[in-house]
Amino acid sequence: MAAPELLSDEGYRADGRRPAELRKIRARMGVFAQADGSAYIEQGNTKALAVVYGPHEMRGSRSKALPDRALVNCQYSVATFGTSERRRRPRGDRQTGELALQLQQTFEAAILTQLHPRSQIDIYVQILQADGGNYCAGVNAATLAVMDAGIPMRDYVCACSAGLAEDTPLADLSSPEEAAGGPRLVLALLPASGQIALLQLSARLHQERLETVLEAAGQACRALHAVLDRVVRERLREVTALLGD
Amino acid sequence: MASVVLSEAEKLYIVHGIQEDLRVDGRGCEDYRCAEVETDVVSNTSGSARVKLGHTDILVGVKAEMGTPKLEKPDEGYLEFFVDCSANATPEFEGRGGEELGTEIANTFYRVFSSESSIDLKSLCINPREHCWVLYVDVLLLECGGNLFDAISIAVKAALFNTRIPKVRILEDEEGSKEIELSDDPYDCIRLNVDDVPCIVTLSKIGYRHVVDATLQEEACSLASLLISVTSKGALTSMKKMGKGSLDPESIFEMMETGRRVGKSLHIALQKILDEEESLGTSRQKVGFLG
Repeated sequence: MAAPELLSDEGYRADGRRPAELRKIRARMGVFAQADGSAYIEQGNTKALAVVYGPHEMRGSRSKALPDRALVNCQYSVATFGTSERRRRPRGDRQTGELALQLQQTFEAAILTQLHPRSQIDIYVQILQADGGNYCAGVNAATLAVMDAGIPMRDYVCACSAGLAEDTPLADLSSPEEAAGGPRLVLALLPASGQIALLQLSARLHQERLETVLEAAGQACRALHAVLDRVVRERLREVTALLGD
Repeated sequence: MASVVLSEAEKLYIVHGIQEDLRVDGRGCEDYRCAEVETDVVSNTSGSARVKLGHTDILVGVKAEMGTPKLEKPDEGYLEFFVDCSANATPEFEGRGGEELGTEIANTFYRVFSSESSIDLKSLCINPREHCWVLYVDVLLLECGGNLFDAISIAVKAALFNTRIPKVRILEDEEGSKEIELSDDPYDCIRLNVDDVPCIVTLSKIGYRHVVDATLQEEACSLASLLISVTSKGALTSMKKMGKGSLDPESIFEMMETGRRVGKSLHIALQKILDEEESLGTSRQKVGFLG
């Protein structure tokens, strides 16, 4: 049962948002010149950076190369100063390891890996400030970074979290809302086709409520898709202007 | 360290150019690249700074936490350095690949800050032998474009300047047990005096001359470099020779002189930027990675 403070009587959340409202999103592609693709995204106070190297030859063991498609290698890392309580290690613990595997799963569904057999694509996500929806911000940043690298994808990958306050589904949970202990759904969606690349639910949720929460998350992902699309088109305009077209 | 592969002809081109005091990007031997410094980039830290020196991108976050003072210095707080070479800079740093470089940089900073006058550690003490402030300085290496140590030291100084430590009061009961009370006002804090915080200047020996702020390509051509830490008054707090080659004593003295000169002007320029940011106060537009 979600704590009553999540939604006030007038229907506002702790930070003044409406239940279905996303936090302010600001994003930028091409942050680093040396990487093949890079992107930065801010969702409210959560800041995530993603960098893509590839497609390039397999590093490490050649035996792991897949003969018919590219290997997607991911790393998820949270800065030691990113959380309110200082982390001892940025990565290497079970949680970041699991999130890295989830990133791999999500992006293998979206990237057209058959176009680059026997090669490797590296996606490195760095969370600079964690204020709820960290993994989702990481996925969104990684989508932009993969696009910045020019790697063909089936569709955008938009991720968002959703929760429940009494009977109202909430979209895009912030850190205090996540800590409140209610159910938390993380959804990564390919918006054009409506296919789900990743679905994760923690804490208890009644089966009858699942549909509403899933719908809220889906709506949030589609709204996010509009924002990301705008960022990509803006970037394309910038780059073609620089090329003198 | 992230390295770049250069052909013999390219190396020769760089070396010959430097003999004539002309570097590939048009700088002189003692010029720094265009640097961008911004503080207060990450909000849930006590202080933070981001430095972009050419292609080198560093983010430093300082977190102040309460701890017990060290046994040999019971009335002082202390600094803890941690350097994370993230895979963003190069895929070689994935997993634990960047740990070696990270430990080397952290150890260098421990040595640089080991001088007693660098930072007033006594101001970090709350209760002698019981409580003190521990400043965890976490460095995140985002992009490697040569001259890491200089960029990191600039970022550390800027972050320490930006650090705001909340004021605490010690309340004593009748039984003598002490309680620590943090002030409620978020603006009621103590700032650190960074006037004596040293900055590192790396001088790389290329051919017969030495250059300041070497790019990755220039670092590939240099056999040896000297790392010196200079305070704003020109005092040296530490020195270290790095690289495979060897240096003769005259070069070392020459490099030290250049380093002091360059270091002093670096401090002046940095202090100017920090004071400008400070004067804008809360009305400053925070750009961060979006600009």
